[in-house]
Amino acid sequence: MTNPWTDIKNTDLVIVMGGNAAEAHPCGFKWVTEAKAHRGAKLVVVDPRYTRTASVADYYAPIRPGSDIAFLMGAIRWCMENDKVQWDYVRDYTNASFLVREDFGWQDGLFSGYDEEKRDFDKESWDYQIGDDGFALTDPTLENPRCVWQMLKKHVDVYTPEFVENITGTPRDKFLDICGMIGECSAVDKTMTSMYALGWTQHSKGAQNIRGMAMLQLILGNIGVRGGGMNALRGHSNIQGLTDIGLMSNLIPGYLNIPTESEVDWQTYLSTRSFTPLRPGQTSYWQNYPTFMVSFLKAMWGDAATEENDWAFDYLPKLDVPAYDILRMFELMNNDRVNLYFCQGFNPLLSIPNREKVTTGLSKLKMLVVMDPLSTETSHFWQNHGAHNDVDTASIQTEVLELPTTCFAEDEGALVNSGRWLQWHWPGATPPGEAKHDTWIMAQIWTRVRELYRTEGGAFPDPIVNLSWDYADPGEPHPSELAREMNGRALSDVTDPATGAVIVQAGQQVSGFGQLRGDGSTMAGCWIYAGSWTEEGNMMARRDNSDPDDVGMYLNWAFAWPANRRVLYNRASADLQGQPWDATRPLVQWDGERWGGYDVPDIAPTANPSEVGPFIMNQEGVSRLFTRGMMRDGPFPTHMEPFESPMANVFNPRMRGNPVARIFESDVARLGGSDEFPFVATSYRLTEHFHYWTKHNPVNAALQPEFFVEISEELAAERGITKGGRVRVWGARGQVWAKAVVTKRIKPMTCDGKTVHVVGIPLHWGFMGAAKKGWGPNSLTPFVGDANTDTPEFKAFLVNIEPAAEEPVA
Amino acid sequence: MNIDLSRRGFLRLAGAGVAATSLGAMGFGSAEAAEAAQVRAYKLATTTETRNTCPYCSVACGIIMYSRGDVKAGETAELMHIEGDADHPTNRGTLCPKGAALKDFVHAPTRLTHPRIRRAGSDQFEEISWDEALDKIARELKDDRDANFIATNDEGTPVNRWTTAGFLAASATTNETAWLTYKTVRSMGIVGFDNQARV
Repeated sequence: MTNPWTDIKNTDLVIVMGGNAAEAHPCGFKWVTEAKAHRGAKLVVVDPRYTRTASVADYYAPIRPGSDIAFLMGAIRWCMENDKVQWDYVRDYTNASFLVREDFGWQDGLFSGYDEEKRDFDKESWDYQIGDDGFALTDPTLENPRCVWQMLKKHVDVYTPEFVENITGTPRDKFLDICGMIGECSAVDKTMTSMYALGWTQHSKGAQNIRGMAMLQLILGNIGVRGGGMNALRGHSNIQGLTDIGLMSNLIPGYLNIPTESEVDWQTYLSTRSFTPLRPGQTSYWQNYPTFMVSFLKAMWGDAATEENDWAFDYLPKLDVPAYDILRMFELMNNDRVNLYFCQGFNPLLSIPNREKVTTGLSKLKMLVVMDPLSTETSHFWQNHGAHNDVDTASIQTEVLELPTTCFAEDEGALVNSGRWLQWHWPGATPPGEAKHDTWIMAQIWTRVRELYRTEGGAFPDPIVNLSWDYADPGEPHPSELAREMNGRALSDVTDPATGAVIVQAGQQVSGFGQLRGDGSTMAGCWIYAGSWTEEGNMMARRDNSDPDDVGMYLNWAFAWPANRRVLYNRASADLQGQPWDATRPLVQWDGERWGGYDVPDIAPTANPSEVGPFIMNQEGVSRLFTRGMMRDGPFPTHMEPFESPMANVFNPRMRGNPVARIFESDVARLGGSDEFPFVATSYRLTEHFHYWTKHNPVNAALQPEFFVEISEELAAERGITKGGRVRVWGARGQVWAKAVVTKRIKPMTCDGKTVHVVGIPLHWGFMGAAKKGWGPNSLTPFVGDANTDTPEFKAFLVNIEPAAEEPVA
Repeated sequence: MNIDLSRRGFLRLAGAGVAATSLGAMGFGSAEAAEAAQVRAYKLATTTETRNTCPYCSVACGIIMYSRGDVKAGETAELMHIEGDADHPTNRGTLCPKGAALKDFVHAPTRLTHPRIRRAGSDQFEEISWDEALDKIARELKDDRDANFIATNDEGTPVNRWTTAGFLAASATTNETAWLTYKTVRSMGIVGFDNQARV
C-alpha cells in the first residue's frame, strides 16, 4: 500500500477491483465504512461476483474475469476525452511531456520488437528520445505527437465504451456511470483510493492490471495524497516483510537484485545501475544503489567482504535464467533435476497450480523438509486419502521430515503489514511439545552445515564459513540481534561529507539509510529498514497512538519503511510551490526553506519544490505513464486474454494469453479450450477462513465446514444442477467434487455476443485438519504465471460442470 | 496514552476492593460469606497480558493475549484468551471471524509437537529426535551441494549457484526469521528460493 489503512477514512471514492476487502480484510475495511459515514465517500465495486464488499457498495458492476485492462484503459480514455484530468499534476508530476522514440509502436495487440520464437520483446524502442545533453526530450505543451500524453491518447483510443462492454461484459451504462464517479476525483479537492489484492495479481498480466489503475490514479492526481494511492491489500501477515527482505530467487533485501551471468563482475553489475537523472536537477535516489549493496555485503560477510575482493560480490550466486521461481522449481522437480526441497510454513500441494504436477514433482525428490506449526497436506502428499489424495504411497521414495515450529503466539519479532508498518510482537505462550522457533531450526541446520565444511572442506566453502554469525548464542540468534543487523550499524566512524564531523560512531546503530556508506564503513542487512532499531532502541515496538489533528498517520506507532514515512510519494500532495493541492487535507508542505507536515516528507528536507520533482526514486523525477522497458509485456497495458479464455483476443486471434509469459512445453499441452470447457472459473477466499490454516481450527471449520462451488441460477438450470446438490467440476488438468451453491450473486454476462458463465471456487479445503475433506482450486488451475512476476493465473481459467452422484455416507 | 498501564494489575486491585468493601458494608453473615468465597475470581485477573498482532491477513490487527504463566519470567505459559487491542490504531479492538477464533488456532488439534520422518515408500510417519533430524538434513545438504554446485559457467565466470536444492519460505514468519533464512540460504548458493508473495 502507498498509504496506511487508517488513511482510507480520508477518501472520497473507494474503488475495489481485484479484491474483496470486506471479507478478506474485514478490520481494514472498517476504514471504508468510516469514510462513507463521515466524509460521504462512495464505494464502487467491480467484480465477477456480487461479493460482501459489493453488498455494502454504492455502485456495483460485474466484469468478466481477466478483462480488467480493457475496463481500465476505457476509463483512462473516458477521462481524457471528458477533460477529467488533474492537468497540473499530469504536466508537472508525470512523464506525459516526455518524447518517445520514433520507432516505438503498437499494432495487432503487440508492441514493437516482438520475437515470437523467443516469446519476448526487444525493448530497445520502448524509450525516450534522449538529447545531446543526455537528458530526455520533453514538450511541456503536451502537443507533440510523440509525447507520452499523445501516445497514450492514441493507445487507449480503441477502448470505447462499446469495446469495453464487448470485452468485459460490463454493461455500457454501468461502465459510464463508474467513469463519471471516477472522473469527479480529478478535482484537486477529491481523491479516489484503489484497493486491490490477488484478484488483480493472479493473472498472466497481473502487473499490467495494477499499472492500469496506477496510471488512472496519476491522471487524477491521486498518488501521494491523503485518501488516495494504490493500495495492495496483500494476503498474508508478513508477505510484505518477506518481499522486502528479498526471499525470492532474484532479490536482495531492500529491492536490490541478484546478479545474472551477464554481469560477470562487480563493475559490470554496477554499470547498469548508475541511475543517473534523466532530467536536470533530479534526485534519482537509486544512485545510492552501490551504498546499499556494499552495506548488504558487509552485513553478510563482515571482514571477509573487502574492497580488494569487490565486497565478496562473487560469493553471491549468479542467475542463468530470470528466476528459479516456484513454478520453475516444480518443473525442474518433474524433470528429475531437484533433490532437496524445504517448505517453511508453506503448503505448495494446495497453493501451486496443477496439483497433479506438484504431486509428481514432490514424488521425485530425495528429501522434503517441512517446517510448520500445523500438519499440512504437503507433508502428507505421499499419504493416500482416497479421491482427496489418490497416490500410490509405496511407490513414492521421497523421504519427508516434518519439523514442528512455533506460531505467532510463541515467538518474537516484527511483521510488516500492507501499509509497510513494522510492528513488533512478543511471545505469550510456551510452544507445544518440542516445537521450536524457526530461527532455532535455521541456525541449527546452518551451523551443522558450516561445521561439515570446516572439518571436511568441499565445494566453495568460502561464503559459508565466512558468513557473519556474530550472535551471543550461535545456535539460536535472538530476534533483537537479527533486527539490529537489518537496521545496520557503523563499522568505523561515519562522517558528514560536508563538515567532516562524526555522525555515527563505530559500533553504533545508524538512525537512517542516509548514514550508510559505500566504502565498507557501514553494514545493513536491509537498507529500507534503517531507522527501525536505532541507538534509541526498537522503533518497531513503539505504541504511542496519538494522531495530531486526526489525519490518520500515527507517526509514533511502530515504524514504517522507508524512514518512518506513512504515505509514499507524499511530496506529490503539494503543488509546484509546495502548498497542498487541497487545503483541507494537507500532508506535507514547504515553508520557504524546509519541508514539514504531518508525515515524513518524501523529498530532501531542503529540496526546492519548483526545481526537484516529487518522484525521487525515478530517474525522471516524475512518475511514469509510460514505463520504458521496465516491464516485459509493454510500456502501456494492452488487453490480453487469459491463457484459458472463452474468446479469442480481438486484437490478434493468434495470440494466446500474455505473449511473453513463460510457459513450459509440457504445460502448453495441458491448456484447455472453451469447446470442451465452456465456463470461466475464478478462485476466492471466504471471511470465515484464512487460506489452508483455519480449517485446522474447529471453530472456523464449523463456520464453513465444506467445500463448495458457486454458480448462477441460470447455469444451474442449464446443467440441471440443484441447490445444495453435488457437482463435478473438471478442466484440462483435474477434477473436483463439491456442493453447489446456486446464487443470484453470480450472473451470466454477455461478451462478444456469447453468454459467459462464471464458476466461483473458494480455496479453503484439503485433506488435513478439522473441516470436511475437499479440494482447492489448484487441482484445476493452469501452470502459467504473470510475465513479470510469475504469479500463477488463479483468477481466470476454464472448467466444465455437471451434476454428480451424492457422496457415499461413510 | 499511558502505554505502561497494566490492565491486569488494575483488574486485580479492583476485584479485591469490591470483595472487601461489599462484604463489610453489607454485613454479610457467615453463610453469605461462605457463598461469596465460592464466587469465581475474574478469569483474566491472574493472567499475563502480552501484545501481539494477528498472523492472518496483512491488516495486522493488534491483539492482547492472556496467558496463565509468564513467558518473560521463564515460566510455562498457557494461552487462555485472545482479544482485540483497543489501543491499536487500525483495528481499535475489533477482530474478524478469523481473528476472534485465534486462541483455538494456537491450540489446534493438528499442531505439530514432535519432529517426524516418513521414510522412502513408508505409509506412516515415525518420531525422530531433533538431533537426528538436523544432522540428517545437514548431511544431505552438504553432500548434495558438493555434488551439484556450479562454480563457474562455460565462459569461466564465477556463478556459484546450486540448483538441485530449493527453499520455499513462508509469509507469516517474522522479519527476523526471514533475514536469518536469507543469510543461510544465500550463503549456500541456493537460487531456487521463493516465498508466498508469488501466490
